[in-house]
Amino acid sequence: MSSPVASPAAKAPKTNRIGLVQKDYQGAESTLCAGCGHDAITSSIIKAFYELGIQPHMVAKLSGIGCSSKTTNYFLNQSHGFNSVHGRMATIATGASIANRQLVNIGISGDGDTASIGLGHFCHMVRRNIKLVYVIENNGCYGLTKGQASATADQGTVMKSGITIQSQPVDLCALAVEMGCGFVARSFSGDTQQVRTLIKAAFAHNGTAVLDIVSPCVTFNNHEGSTKSQTYARDHEEPLHEMDFIPHYENIAVEYEPGTTKVVTMHDGSRVTLKKLAIDYGANDRTKAIELLGHAREHHTFYTGLIYHNPNIVPFNDHINIVEQPLAQLPDSRTRPSNEIFAKIMQSFA
Amino acid sequence: MSQAVAGAAPGSASPEQAQQVNDIVIRIATPNGSGSQSANNILMRSIFTMGIPVNSKNLFPSNIQGLPTWFTIRANENGWQSARNRTDLCIAMNPQTAAEDIAELHPGAMLIVREALKHLVTRDDLTVFIVPFNKIVNTVCEETRLRKMVINMIYVGVVAYLLGIEMEEVDRAVAWQFSKKAKAAELNTRAALAGYEYAIENLPRQNAFALKRSDRANGKILIEGNQAAALGMVFGGITVAAWYPITPSSSVCEYLTGFLDKYRRDENGKNTFAVVQAEDELAALGMVLGAGWAGARAFTATSGPGLSLMAEMAGLSYFAEIPAVVVDVQRMGPSTGLPTRTCQGDVAKAYALSHGDCKHILLIPGSVRECYEFAIAALDLAEKFQTMVFLMSDLDLGMNKWMSDAFDPPSTPMDRGKVLNAEALSRNGAFARYRDVDGDGIPYRTVPGTDHPNAGFFTRGTGHTETAGYSEKADVWQRNIDRLTRKFDTARDAVPAPAVQHVDGAKFAFIAYGSSDAAVEEARHLLEHEHGVTTAYLRIRALPASNAVKAFCETYPTVLVVEQNRDAQVAGILRAEFPDVAPKFKSILHYNGLPIDADSVVQQTLSHAAIKETR
Repeated sequence: MSSPVASPAAKAPKTNRIGLVQKDYQGAESTLCAGCGHDAITSSIIKAFYELGIQPHMVAKLSGIGCSSKTTNYFLNQSHGFNSVHGRMATIATGASIANRQLVNIGISGDGDTASIGLGHFCHMVRRNIKLVYVIENNGCYGLTKGQASATADQGTVMKSGITIQSQPVDLCALAVEMGCGFVARSFSGDTQQVRTLIKAAFAHNGTAVLDIVSPCVTFNNHEGSTKSQTYARDHEEPLHEMDFIPHYENIAVEYEPGTTKVVTMHDGSRVTLKKLAIDYGANDRTKAIELLGHAREHHTFYTGLIYHNPNIVPFNDHINIVEQPLAQLPDSRTRPSNEIFAKIMQSFA
Repeated sequence: MSQAVAGAAPGSASPEQAQQVNDIVIRIATPNGSGSQSANNILMRSIFTMGIPVNSKNLFPSNIQGLPTWFTIRANENGWQSARNRTDLCIAMNPQTAAEDIAELHPGAMLIVREALKHLVTRDDLTVFIVPFNKIVNTVCEETRLRKMVINMIYVGVVAYLLGIEMEEVDRAVAWQFSKKAKAAELNTRAALAGYEYAIENLPRQNAFALKRSDRANGKILIEGNQAAALGMVFGGITVAAWYPITPSSSVCEYLTGFLDKYRRDENGKNTFAVVQAEDELAALGMVLGAGWAGARAFTATSGPGLSLMAEMAGLSYFAEIPAVVVDVQRMGPSTGLPTRTCQGDVAKAYALSHGDCKHILLIPGSVRECYEFAIAALDLAEKFQTMVFLMSDLDLGMNKWMSDAFDPPSTPMDRGKVLNAEALSRNGAFARYRDVDGDGIPYRTVPGTDHPNAGFFTRGTGHTETAGYSEKADVWQRNIDRLTRKFDTARDAVPAPAVQHVDGAKFAFIAYGSSDAAVEEARHLLEHEHGVTTAYLRIRALPASNAVKAFCETYPTVLVVEQNRDAQVAGILRAEFPDVAPKFKSILHYNGLPIDADSVVQQTLSHAAIKETR
């Protein structure tokens, strides 16, 4: 809170560990509808980047097409952004993450982008385990084309158009777990503290991190009967745990009462604390994660938090054994074999 | 019927008396999956290492085992490599097709047929050699399961005897084919010898055809276009390849992986490359664009159906100006079509692939050598022009073995295009991603990871300003799309120039491209020497076409555009781009799935000539 009394000298702006101010992580002004859940997520992303002290020029922001995909323009102005093709961001991200393995990749997608047109690519991206934080801003509808139902809309939901959803919903967290994802989380755009903590934890993961964040569409899917509305999400959210994130560069001792909190150590040495709430959920057991999501589906429970974490899945770039230096930056001398080798190859065809 | 009679005087072909030396078409009919490929390669290689120019056409089914396959070897002293619609020696191994194979032969042709199929030989105008393949194979191969494979080596020995191929070369070819399998080499050598010895004992000599050591193939290589393209990618410095299996392009990335594993691993055993088998072609191009955007040299290889799936991404590459190379090894369509047959049916589609105003650079190799050279050129051009570049090969070029002069290693450094690093950004001050600073339509770009506060920009497929901001303004859109046209026109003179052969006073001029080249060159020779018709020739090696194409057309009264598609796709493009010379165009079209042959070009040329004379 700012002090009501003006300080005599201008205070130096607050900076992060690399000397940047939060403004350095902002982007263009959002053109989304006032109150859109996506904007809340964007704010959480900006804060997370700032707090982690990530170099903006090392960040690649990737998205497909849709309202959510527009938001890559609304944060990190100094970074390279790529608003690509509907449903195909996972493929673009795969290429970029291989070409330069040092990039910090964040992909922003929506439920139409990921659960319908891009479902196949999503699955294969997760299978490969590329280095990417993949955020789904999930509002159960196609906002940019005026509110058609998406594949994550729950069965029985009455859309604004009056159509009742008959088909089963796609649960992207369950799918991610099934495809072997090592970091799966669900959250709610309105739970800004949790979203921010999860994003920070996701960047500490070495592989694909999937965050399915319910983000209400205030214009087309915020009515009664929608399971993706502000009210529904707020009323039904059931956090699995109270979370905190301690970055690897902060040497803080964690104190907690035995039996109440679990500490998850991330790939880069950062820690996530999970303080037990109503249920005792550890987030490190794949079978239990599937069970939890099955239970949530059956009982319409909106669990949020870290659903599954496994730091031991080999990331794609290690699996394919590429050099440490970004492929994109290799000098010609390393990518063009010698004339002697050429002559030898020619000889083999003679 | 001049059938061979057991016990006839032994003897091999005698080149001195043979009517036709070093000019023969051998057609081998086998069921696929029977292991005939190695026998056929050995036969071809034995001829090649005798210094005789060879080419092969493998006509295979879209199937793994049991359906008919025909392998045609053409040995020709003059080095003609195009398909011929004539068989001089047929080896009928396949009961499914033997009757038809025999019926199709022209009078005087030679036929080697297995004893079990001799009842199918009802013609008396062929020279027939009946060989008890099963009996012979039983004497050399004890293992029943191997006999089916080894039996093919018997005909290699028989042919060696009949045509005068030196057994020493056969042995050497076997060793080459089975270089890592000593046991297989030994067995195959034995089988070839058994065939040869059977022939000595039992078959009469023939004097119609002979093969005689030559020096015309000395120093040459035998290579498939897909191998050559893969080699070009390796020496073109690719670091990322993404692909989805599809005939006839799969072997591009399979050969690529073989080369990369061998030659592009660093001293620590780490790869300086990534090859990703994608979930579909759409993803393959998406990965290539992601990699290209991030600054890597990347490509994919596909065929027609894959190209269709890539259409949306192609527009993104064009409009967001991201380098990418796509090798299209064309096969016969539409739809699944004839996946194992050749055509040039994707040219018009590739040229304008995607929706809206979109056009792409196409490099069209006419030889295996150009498959290699243009692969490197495509990588350079894609980065130079920051756009997608196609390498338009086809099944005939890509999957058949062609003889060529050895290739040369790249002589120029890679052209990475207008990429600004941090230092250049500091020097230049402002950076506008889509501004035409140099007047050539080509803007400057930065890649992610560039350590400068001005390096970042927002890449989008939506309408954008010079500074990559979103815009729906009419004038902004039009200015940008006009700049893209300017860039495309700059490319006209940067792509490989057409290969032109002017001939004074010729009434006819050919325009052809890609794998038609061999047939057109042979047709020109036949037209001149057998019909007294001289012709000029321009081979298009890339699109967009330069004004040299127009100038060439202006020189001759009639321009015959040779294409392996139904709709005269390139003639259509040339008519649209050079309307002044459009009335001169006539088409020579070949689109039955088989590689174009010189005779078809000659016949269609003569019929155009006849029509012209009656006017």
